[in-house]
Amino acid sequence: MSAFIDKSTRLVVQGITGRDGSFHAKQMIEYGTQVVAGVTPGKGGQRFENAVPIFNTVAEAVAATQANTSVIYVPAAVAASAIFEAADAGIRLIVCITEGIPVLDMTRVLPFVRERGVRLIGPNCPGLISPDQSKVGIIPGNICKAGKIGVVSRSGTLTYEIIHQLSTHGMGQSTCVGIGGDPLIGTNFIDCLSAFQTDAATTAIVMIGEIGGTDEQQAAEFAKREVKKPIVGFIAGQTAPPGRRMGHAGAIISGSSGTAAEKMAAFEKAGISVMKRPADVVPLLKERL
Amino acid sequence: MNLHEYQARDILRRQGIPVPPGDVATTPAEARAIAEPFGGKVVIKAQVHAGGRGKAGGVKLAKTTAEAEAHAKAIIGMTIKGLTVQKVLVAPAAEIASESYVGIILDRSSQRPVLMVSPAGGIDIEEVAAKTPEKIHRLAVDPRYGLLAHQALALGFALYKDVKQARAAADIMQKLYAAVYAVGASLAEINPLVTTADGAVQALDAKIAIDDNELERHPDIAGLRDLTAEAPEEVAAREAGLTFIKLDGSVGCCVNGAGLAMATMDLVKYYGGDPANFLDIGGSSNPQKVVAALRIITSDPRVKVILFNIFGGITRCDDVANGIVQATREFTLKVPIVIRLTGTNDALGVEILRKAGFSALTDMDEAVKQAVGKL
Repeated sequence: MSAFIDKSTRLVVQGITGRDGSFHAKQMIEYGTQVVAGVTPGKGGQRFENAVPIFNTVAEAVAATQANTSVIYVPAAVAASAIFEAADAGIRLIVCITEGIPVLDMTRVLPFVRERGVRLIGPNCPGLISPDQSKVGIIPGNICKAGKIGVVSRSGTLTYEIIHQLSTHGMGQSTCVGIGGDPLIGTNFIDCLSAFQTDAATTAIVMIGEIGGTDEQQAAEFAKREVKKPIVGFIAGQTAPPGRRMGHAGAIISGSSGTAAEKMAAFEKAGISVMKRPADVVPLLKERL
Repeated sequence: MNLHEYQARDILRRQGIPVPPGDVATTPAEARAIAEPFGGKVVIKAQVHAGGRGKAGGVKLAKTTAEAEAHAKAIIGMTIKGLTVQKVLVAPAAEIASESYVGIILDRSSQRPVLMVSPAGGIDIEEVAAKTPEKIHRLAVDPRYGLLAHQALALGFALYKDVKQARAAADIMQKLYAAVYAVGASLAEINPLVTTADGAVQALDAKIAIDDNELERHPDIAGLRDLTAEAPEEVAAREAGLTFIKLDGSVGCCVNGAGLAMATMDLVKYYGGDPANFLDIGGSSNPQKVVAALRIITSDPRVKVILFNIFGGITRCDDVANGIVQATREFTLKVPIVIRLTGTNDALGVEILRKAGFSALTDMDEAVKQAVGKL
């Protein structure tokens, strides 16, 4: 068991012949993910690494291989279009790694995927991994270890840092999900908390947020009501000056909502143990388990 | 990217929104020439990316052309919140009957563009939201259909009783909505939207922020960037493909990933130091990016120690190590450096550093502690 992906995940890689797409497709195959197809318009009929069939469109890939999940590595200018295409082709889970998609594109993408009941993770995210089962995205497989902790995060490398802390102290993970740092994303903290609450393989949850927006506060309220499993949380950006962007478009403090202090207070109020630094994750989890 | 008021006014004008006349001047003589046709009865406004221009003395009313020139002379070159004023907007002083607010922002919760209007204009909308929230009317627009005429008109009536003015305001709202998608704005505000003595509805002041991710497909908008309005280090960083924000402390930070960069700054603070900057070298970084990063960090004389915190994923530790070594060949590091390398090709990176006489740590906590210890 795990959340969102497992051994039955059949993956199509959109942009499989590109620089990032080909590199990570190889890594995913090596990890054991069932990469059943690739898509690059104009390269239909070829094979990736003499094995994975390449198609011109996602619809053809789905028809020929029964792919149910897609991962997107195409450039930002065409990434919104790639999401529309995957949703139209009947893909049920779309993971968009691409960074730099205009937010206005996402205002059109999100209603489109929702109407079709499709789950989108990202954009601008590292994807997800269920250790020893399947990896969709770019989270380095070698830092993960199979186990019972569910990890959800808005960040990329900070997620790796936390996973690394967990694995080196013998605490394996059920599923790790990077939901992305953009202001408009397909899957939020609440979606992941709810998936981890349902997932029998997950016994505790680590939630890594950052400044900007009110997703963490809303998730804290949800956790208090609906999540019975222990949660340990971290908020990055305690020292960020108000009103400045810190790389992620989403990390803008606007008005009174969105500061690290406010989010940490919301966590505490909801019974979530708050880390002061990444190294606190293991001791706090041990306290709660 | 923030646009200046005069640039935002141009965009609104192109969308067909009524904007009073006026132009931008970089010298007092230019300001005088613009003021002339209005008999010198103009307002001179500093064009800087800072709020509170009026309070800082950056907005002045003139009654004669001579006064317009004098005010322009006083404002051009003055400093507002650390930014030097290079340009002023010179616009006729209008007889204003009422002031309202119209704005469109992208709302994270509803994941839609939200139109906000308020009959309380001319002051910060944040202030209205805090003091008289009942005066703000909101509408989350469905991007599939855009802002519909009846929706805009209903909000027009929230501003004006007169049907002609309500219709004029509704038309402006629809055009503002179109402008957001046309230029790739993440925020577009008209504040104040005024009615003049003769009843006309006009956009007196405008603020537009562009989503940086839109700039590639809007080269005309990208060309509006005012480099003089930004810190030189931030301009250099952007050109090198880095995200850099200058802060006040003494620990120069170089990290891959925005979240980890923020967590590193927080940890510096936790151990009693102060970060000198936020710097994200991004993914798939080549050695040249690292050289550029070090050049920018070391150009700040307040930096007393440099801290690298790299968790390799797409970023390869050997690339980072090569960059550090290459940088030290190009210029001398005058302050100590603490390096943490973990992840993709870390053993290779540590070996490259060792050969060049550097050591590297594998633990983030330990690295930050050591860096702060060197202050």
